[in-house]
Amino acid sequence: MLKVENLTKIYEGGVLALDDVSFEVPDGQFLVIIGLSGSGKSTLLRCINRLIEPTAGRIIWDGEDITAATQEEMRLIRRRIGMVFQNFNLVHRSSVLTNVLTGRLGYVNPAMSLLNRFPKSDVDKALKQLARVGIEGKAYQRADELSGGQQQRVGIARALMQDPKMILADEPVASLDPVLAHSIMQYLEQINQEDKATVLCSLHFLDLVHRYADRVIALNEGKLVFEGHPRQIDDAKFKEIYGKDAERVG
Amino acid sequence: MVGLAVLAGLFIYAYGFQVTKVDLEETRSERRQTQLVRILRALARPDILEYEKEEFLVDAPIIVGCPEGELNLPEPDTSGPFMTVDPPCADPKAQVRVEGFNFEPNTRGPINFIPLSQVTLQLGNIVTDEFGHFETVVQLPNRSPVPEPQHIQVITRRNVGAPRFTKTAHDTWDKIIETVFMALLATTIGTALAIPVSFFAARNLMKDVRSSVASISLSVLAWPLGIWLGMMAARQLHVLSQSLTTSTWLNVAGVVLLPLLAWWIVRWAVPATEESRPSFTLRMARVAGLLLAAWVAILSLYLLSSLTLALGNTLALRLGGFGFLGAFVAGLGDILGMIIATVVALATGGVISGFVGRVWRTLDRSLSPAAQQLANYILAALAGALLFAILGAMVDWFYQIHDAMRTLIVPAILGALFGIGLAFWVRKDDQVTSGLAVYYVARTILNALRSIEPLIMVIVFAVWVGIGPFAGVLALALHTIAALAKLYSEQVESILPGPLEAVRAAGANRLQTIVYAVIPQIVPPYIAFTMYRWDINVRMSTIIGFAGGGGIGFLLQQNINLLNYRAASAQMVAIAIVVASMDYISARLRERII
Ligand SMILES: Nc1ncnc2c1ncn2[C@@H]1O[C@H](COP(=O)(O)OP(=O)(O)O)[C@@H](O)[C@H]1O
Ligand SMILES: [Mg+2]
Repeated sequence: MLKVENLTKIYEGGVLALDDVSFEVPDGQFLVIIGLSGSGKSTLLRCINRLIEPTAGRIIWDGEDITAATQEEMRLIRRRIGMVFQNFNLVHRSSVLTNVLTGRLGYVNPAMSLLNRFPKSDVDKALKQLARVGIEGKAYQRADELSGGQQQRVGIARALMQDPKMILADEPVASLDPVLAHSIMQYLEQINQEDKATVLCSLHFLDLVHRYADRVIALNEGKLVFEGHPRQIDDAKFKEIYGKDAERVG
Repeated sequence: MVGLAVLAGLFIYAYGFQVTKVDLEETRSERRQTQLVRILRALARPDILEYEKEEFLVDAPIIVGCPEGELNLPEPDTSGPFMTVDPPCADPKAQVRVEGFNFEPNTRGPINFIPLSQVTLQLGNIVTDEFGHFETVVQLPNRSPVPEPQHIQVITRRNVGAPRFTKTAHDTWDKIIETVFMALLATTIGTALAIPVSFFAARNLMKDVRSSVASISLSVLAWPLGIWLGMMAARQLHVLSQSLTTSTWLNVAGVVLLPLLAWWIVRWAVPATEESRPSFTLRMARVAGLLLAAWVAILSLYLLSSLTLALGNTLALRLGGFGFLGAFVAGLGDILGMIIATVVALATGGVISGFVGRVWRTLDRSLSPAAQQLANYILAALAGALLFAILGAMVDWFYQIHDAMRTLIVPAILGALFGIGLAFWVRKDDQVTSGLAVYYVARTILNALRSIEPLIMVIVFAVWVGIGPFAGVLALALHTIAALAKLYSEQVESILPGPLEAVRAAGANRLQTIVYAVIPQIVPPYIAFTMYRWDINVRMSTIIGFAGGGGIGFLLQQNINLLNYRAASAQMVAIAIVVASMDYISARLRERII
């Protein structure tokens, strides 16, 4: 169970990116976060693993207060939270395999990892994850030689290496064309259903939301404006989330 | 407005003309021009090649003061070069005509008067035509007449055999090698040290490093303690290692076995991160194990140092012409022995400060808020006092004030007040961006160092280690660290933040983040900048000798001072060749690598 209580983030310079946001996510749920760009989706996801320090509020996961964790404890918490990014965030000049193995950095012997040595079991595991996302042949290529869709699969494999109990996906398909979008979303769905990982995924397109979400929350200028099942988003709600001028298509 | 600007410009340039003493009259003066021509001609003939010279001396008798009666002079041998003097006898100061035959065509040489005392007096120079003939009129010296024949002598020289390198050329070669290796060493040392420094001078890596006032104070207090402990430990181990090096076999065994032992302990004490927190006893056992491993490792380093030193010295004696290899090995051992103490002291400082910080964080949670706040004030006050007292001691060292009141007590009180003020201003749970403080300090030091040219730095180093290439290497290396660390850190600042974020999100620690997300991104620019710096260091090392830094510049300066322009020219040619070829090589390498 993930509990977000009165979460507020004010950036330096005074931008109020999250304004008193509270919600809960039961274990194993596929939660989608929608909202216009700039509404605070990325900020919310990054507050959950404290890549961004919240200004106020609490985040409690499995009974542990993430917001109160020390840096050392935070590392141990982050190990169990996989993250998938809009821009894939691979290290371009490193091999695909090395990129995937970075998912193990929280687990391995720190001294050995600095020498770029990983246990054989981890390398096998990395190859298995690459096979799982359908790019087993690319392990020794440089990451930037892959297409966008392939790079995002590497990103997912990297998150899978963490044996995650939760996945934070920040617009994972926004940089991909719609056909690829479904294949990436299906991997996330699979992880959610087979590995029983909680998924928090921010999305732009409503059709994807209907297809994959168990539940939806919507942000507008940092405020939580909707919480419920995707089917509950009627025209009035839609206008509230996306603004008066928005037109519903499809 | 424009008029004013033009006026101001005119004024500036007029003043510039005056202060730089632009003097066109000088450039036109005849004396200066002949000097210039002489120098340019010398420069155009660099002193690189020479021939074996054969000297020809040709004599002709002459009698000064014509005697009564017949002149009894031998006929010249016309089979080789010979001269005739007309008239064969003459009064002092009289003019005589000297004609030479069968000489080398188109050569020149002096024509001398050789009196009975054999003290040569030059009368002039001769030039032969294409048939080896010359004709000249010389004036006899003003000496009293002597009845015996004296001589007129012409000396010509001829090149024989193949050209060979002059002594200047050999010296230049030696020095140019020295120069290139100065650049190589300075670039290597500078790069190796600039890389770690550049991470501290990169804003994007340092800006999230935050810590509470209490932990900053603790590290300020723990660092000196750690450095002191480290120095003590290093000294003890050094003494211990000396008792082990009495036997070579013991020494070798120590060098081989001790690192293995340390490695095993480390393998045991640093396991992969565990799921659950290990018990207190286990953790303490691990800390003890790591201490032991560090102790063993330092000891083995000392043993290694003395072993390499001994080995190098033996090699230097045995290898003959390659003795410098032995000297190099011995030098490495010596350097290792020198830096162990420093490294151990610094490392212990870091470890102790990290350890104290950790202990504090656990303790802190069990204290009441009021006690925490009090502890905060006390720690901040102590740290401030210590910091300011150290600064005061430094001032005392520089200016020799010897007044404990002014250099220790007053600064300590001020520092304590400053610490309390800081602790009061920053609330207990708030974090100070200590990383940014480190960043600004690093940047300031780098900027200050970079603005001092190596040509000036070398003066200080030459005072310290003596004039010569070593001083040059140190000056160039220091400047390289400053310049490269700045360039490198700017590259670190321009890397993509995404991969950093991703690696951090996976639970990587700071070092892992640097190794996996930062370093792969900065390899190409780092190589490019290192090569660029290599070019600069080659150029710089050619002139650093002017200020006492050794290398070819030293030779060049000497020859210029001795007005030996042909030798100077040889050195300039060498510099041009080296700089151009290094430029070319590094350009080709750059193409290859990037
Ligand atoms: N590092 C930052 N510093 C200051 N303001 C920021 C920063 N990152 C995001 N913001 C602001 O916070 C708000 C929310 O941004 P974000 O969480 O990225 O929204 P979304 O992901 O929904 O597009 C925006 O107004 C954005 O301009
Ligand atoms: Mg976003």
